[in-house]
Amino acid sequence: MSEAARIHLRNARGRQYRMRTAFRWSALITGGALALLGLSRRSRSGAAIAAAGGMLSYAGARTAVRDRELIARSSILLNCTPEQAYQFWSKLENLPLFMRHLESVTLIDGNRSRWTAIGPLGKRIHWDAETAIDRKDDVIAWRSLPDSEIYVDGIVKFRNAPANRGTIVTVVVVYQPPAGAIGHTLSKLLGKDPSFMMRQDLRRLKALIETGEIPTVEGQSHGPRSGVTAVARLINPDEPIKGEAKLTEVIRARRRAS
Amino acid sequence: MKAVCWMGTENMKVETVPDPTILNPRDAIVRVSSTCICGSDLHLYNGLMPTMEQGDILGHEFMGEVMEIGAGIDRTKLKVGDRVVVPFTIACGRCFFCQQQLWSCCDNSNPNYWIAEKLMGYSPSGLFGYTHMLGGYAGGQAQYVRVPFADVGPLIIPEGIPDDQAVFLSDIFPTGYMGAENCNIQPGDTVAIWGCGPVGQFAIRSAFLLGAERVIAIDRFPYRLQLAEQAGAEIINYEEVDDVVQLLKDMTGNIGPDSCMDAVGMEAHYSGPMWAIDKTKQVLKVQPDRPGVLRQVIIACRKGGTVSVPGVYGGFIDHMPMGAYVNKALTMKTGQTHMMRYMKPLLELIQGGKIDPSFVVSHRVPIDKAPEMYKIFRDKKDHCTKVILDPWANGSAAA
Repeated sequence: MSEAARIHLRNARGRQYRMRTAFRWSALITGGALALLGLSRRSRSGAAIAAAGGMLSYAGARTAVRDRELIARSSILLNCTPEQAYQFWSKLENLPLFMRHLESVTLIDGNRSRWTAIGPLGKRIHWDAETAIDRKDDVIAWRSLPDSEIYVDGIVKFRNAPANRGTIVTVVVVYQPPAGAIGHTLSKLLGKDPSFMMRQDLRRLKALIETGEIPTVEGQSHGPRSGVTAVARLINPDEPIKGEAKLTEVIRARRRAS
Repeated sequence: MKAVCWMGTENMKVETVPDPTILNPRDAIVRVSSTCICGSDLHLYNGLMPTMEQGDILGHEFMGEVMEIGAGIDRTKLKVGDRVVVPFTIACGRCFFCQQQLWSCCDNSNPNYWIAEKLMGYSPSGLFGYTHMLGGYAGGQAQYVRVPFADVGPLIIPEGIPDDQAVFLSDIFPTGYMGAENCNIQPGDTVAIWGCGPVGQFAIRSAFLLGAERVIAIDRFPYRLQLAEQAGAEIINYEEVDDVVQLLKDMTGNIGPDSCMDAVGMEAHYSGPMWAIDKTKQVLKVQPDRPGVLRQVIIACRKGGTVSVPGVYGGFIDHMPMGAYVNKALTMKTGQTHMMRYMKPLLELIQGGKIDPSFVVSHRVPIDKAPEMYKIFRDKKDHCTKVILDPWANGSAAA
């Protein structure tokens, strides 16, 4: 199956999720209404309606909707050859250098690797992955092993840009957070827009490959910050806050961070 | 060290803050010998630029001595002890845009790229001391400053050229020059320049250097118009005439100036109903810019002419005379200055005695006086054209 087709398959599963959610709520509401209607009639037919409504509610309540997917996709132009970009990416240990939520990737053997990500409050998530496709200077794809806690499926392609402008790198990563605490941590870590996070990661990759460093102002000197700014920074270090920030801005920043 | 910090609208303070340190391999630390207040800093002073934070260190026009360099810097390009002017735009030198000489459009120097991206589609380069949207880098109105990508920007200044002449290579001289270059001046052309602040002054002189026959300078402060006149410009005090556009027509045989330059930007002064509307919007923070000059420049320019905008704008503007712009077949050229294109050639002009940039200086004060100088410069008091701050005056080096 082509990579594009695989992604489309994943999108279709996303639709399934939405349909299941819709069924769940309509079943719960309609079932509940029927049960109430039936009970209020105080007759034999009323009892039948109430029973049918109860069964519908039960079916709605049992419909699982947790296994939704998060898709991160983005691309960036690197001022280097596809060979250089491939060389850098194919050493998976390099990924944490520019992927902010990754703490480490270590090789287990030739084809398999152990990944560690850091979520909010330093919570760690581990999973093992295998390299599914590895075509030199062209494409790399990886997927988590079947018994992993979370499901991650990623692919990166390296293409010559027109007019010798370098290499266009295109990345798609699909995450499936499971139910429970780990899924919750993963969803938090990826935020509301996983593609935005991917874009930020690729920007760091671009700076690293082109200039040898990632631009930063973390740790530079500054004058006294206001208390409100300090709190807002603590909650979300990435979000700049106006000097005269009001409490509402902090609350908004907090909402954006979560 | 001492540093000028933005503590809120119309509230600058000189604070004692930790000395800067090397954070990245291509950083350098510069001991600042001279630093200036720029007209664009006044937009920060007036609280019109979004994404400033209390405690941010200001300043993007400075020069000094290299004290320390990171491990990633080629020692043949920059070494400890070099006397350098630092350009206000930060550029990596390796991305597509830097290689096209579009230095102020560098793709890699803004760590907060995404904020500017939201507003403008893409982010320009990072700047010193000029909002978190443009990088959040600590500025140079301080005793020391960290300079990122120091093997690209800083220009080594030979002994014999005093600070007063060299320091303006950090922004206003190249900015005025690029403004004039963007006018697409042909021999014999007439150039009209709105705004006779420091950038306007350099633009007037650069326009003559680039072959303009006539330069018409427009402002409302006699002392600034006098400086323009000294450079050979014809002058218009717009507060003393009824209709600037009609006057320009009369001065040019009804053809209009070949090129018109907006060296004023977002805080223009004008009158009439549009002024009331724009001023209200600015106070309500729904439109940071007061684009009166930009509108007038477009109306005044001759058909097929060129509009150059070195003035700073921050956001979206209303009542842009797009009909005039299209039907008169105008060209507009803009941009933050592509500093590294101009610094070296302009240094050679200074060395060759073609221009002495120190004419623009009106005040030299210790850094401790910075807060009051912001106010004096903003209110155009005391014939203030350009302020140079000495970070080390009084010999009181805060640790």
